[in-house]
Amino acid sequence: MSETSLPKWKLPRRGLVKGNFADWLFRNTTRLFAAALLVLILLLFGILTEGSLSSIRAFGLRFVTSSTWDPVRLIFGALPPLYGTLLSSLIALVLAVPVGLGTAVFLAELCPPWLKSPVSFLVELLAALPSVVYGLWGIFVLVPALRPVETWLGQHFGFIPLFQGAPYGIGLLAAGLILAVMILPIITSVSREVLLAVPHSQKEAAYALGATHWEALRGPILRYARAGLLGAIILGLGRALGETMAVTMVIGNSPQISASLFSPASTLASVIANEFLEATDAMHISALAEIALLLFIITIIINSAARLLVWSVTRGGRVGVRE
Amino acid sequence: MNQPPAAKPQTWHYRKRRAANSLFWLFASLATIIALIPLGLLLSYVVARGLPGLNPAFFTRLPAPVGEAGGGMLNAIIGTLVLVGLASLVGLPFGIIGGIYLAEFGNNRFGSSVRFAADVLNGVPSIVIGSFIYTIVVLQTHQFSALAGGLALGMIMIPTVMRTTEELVRLVPLSQREASLSLGASQSRTILQIVLLSAKAGVITGALLAIARIAGEAAPLLVTSPGSMLFSTSLNQPIASLPVQIYLYANAPYDEWNRQAWAAALVLVMMVTIFSLAARYATRGKFRIVR
Repeated sequence: MSETSLPKWKLPRRGLVKGNFADWLFRNTTRLFAAALLVLILLLFGILTEGSLSSIRAFGLRFVTSSTWDPVRLIFGALPPLYGTLLSSLIALVLAVPVGLGTAVFLAELCPPWLKSPVSFLVELLAALPSVVYGLWGIFVLVPALRPVETWLGQHFGFIPLFQGAPYGIGLLAAGLILAVMILPIITSVSREVLLAVPHSQKEAAYALGATHWEALRGPILRYARAGLLGAIILGLGRALGETMAVTMVIGNSPQISASLFSPASTLASVIANEFLEATDAMHISALAEIALLLFIITIIINSAARLLVWSVTRGGRVGVRE
Repeated sequence: MNQPPAAKPQTWHYRKRRAANSLFWLFASLATIIALIPLGLLLSYVVARGLPGLNPAFFTRLPAPVGEAGGGMLNAIIGTLVLVGLASLVGLPFGIIGGIYLAEFGNNRFGSSVRFAADVLNGVPSIVIGSFIYTIVVLQTHQFSALAGGLALGMIMIPTVMRTTEELVRLVPLSQREASLSLGASQSRTILQIVLLSAKAGVITGALLAIARIAGEAAPLLVTSPGSMLFSTSLNQPIASLPVQIYLYANAPYDEWNRQAWAAALVLVMMVTIFSLAARYATRGKFRIVR
């Protein structure tokens, strides 16, 4: 979000260039392309709903409460992938939030200027790497490395249900770890932006009163930025929920609900990626469309909430105290 | 915070505050280091395992039958180029023209809602967009196709290109517009010939960056153009692509295929890195590449 906003064009409305047809055409053509985006979102929603109608009719609410996912008998309940999606995203958030916020604070408040640009670039590069490359790395490097760790955890903390079960390597834990790395950049970069949007006067006032960096952050900066930071975390959650390739490659794709972090599971996205190709029955396709619809609605809600929170700091904030 | 400044810096209270601050510094620096470790690990593995597979055959040969050594990814490279070309045909005009609207005329409620919609659409998982294209194209034509894949990728590009274009057009100083208008140029001419000229380098790199991004997308292709071992440039046949090929080869139990998956990963990573660096250089870090 850029800081400077252009004033509205005032000239063409009246006076010299009034009635300039080319200008009118230009303005409205560009407006049409912008409007196409809104149409696209409506279309997305409409088509996915239409595609999942027969599944919605057949299963109703049982679709999200039943844990039977059986493409052979054409019974579809999406509870296992829902569970897998939520749990893997939760693991990712627990791991990525402290690191992401810490990095953002470092970049926005503490970092010496010469270090700022290279570190932000590297974090952004982490976001730009293709998901399938993360998956490849997950299969060949992370999963083998996880097996001894899981064995160890099972031996020493096996009394906790989370750490029971066979240490396959692939499973929820691997998916959560990969997701943590993948959502780290968005949490970091949005939080950094939110922190940078805090008016300098607020920080300067704190420092002038003799506050340390930590005290300035905990007091005025956090008070100003907390909604936006929450938004950054929720944006990360939104990314984690919809992430497909890397998760599909390391989660094991088994439609089951298990308390153990080591067990193979599935997510909404991984079910779509895995089964759309083999789906031949109309009901199966419809059920997969309903999963896509579910994912669409969840991410739309989450992203809207997050964007509003972030905007409340970076844009709406300017209404209050100016720098 | 509400304590008066310490008169004697040696007091216990002062030391406690110093200690808390040091802990804070330690935490933030450690977090930054931890954040960079995965990147280092990832890049070093991709380079170490990808380089051996990156020989001329990789770029010039078709995949060898299972069990035979050799072979390359020519079909996937061509396929990715075709898909990216199709996606650009869809994504770039909508993105760039919409972005110009947002920057030049978008300071109103409609503009805000488009901006908001773009940010939200940007967060919609690419597999959902793939499923959408599957439903309207693949199910209707009864055919996985390059066209469907290109459409899906193009749709993913639109919000990113729109927002980066907007940001870069906004960076052009107002004085340039005023100068042009005061010389009697019309509004459309001012934007097309003056503003866009200034923003050109940025808009182009923004577009390149979006292209680099979608070139690595596998999820939407998996449900629209799920790869093939054959050479094809036909738009209504499924077409191979590097990301999907990485996915297939990574899951295959053949060492030779795994090696080629790493090589393909290296190609994608290099492309993304170069484009990101170029974008950073061309816009001097004025806009973010993470969305």
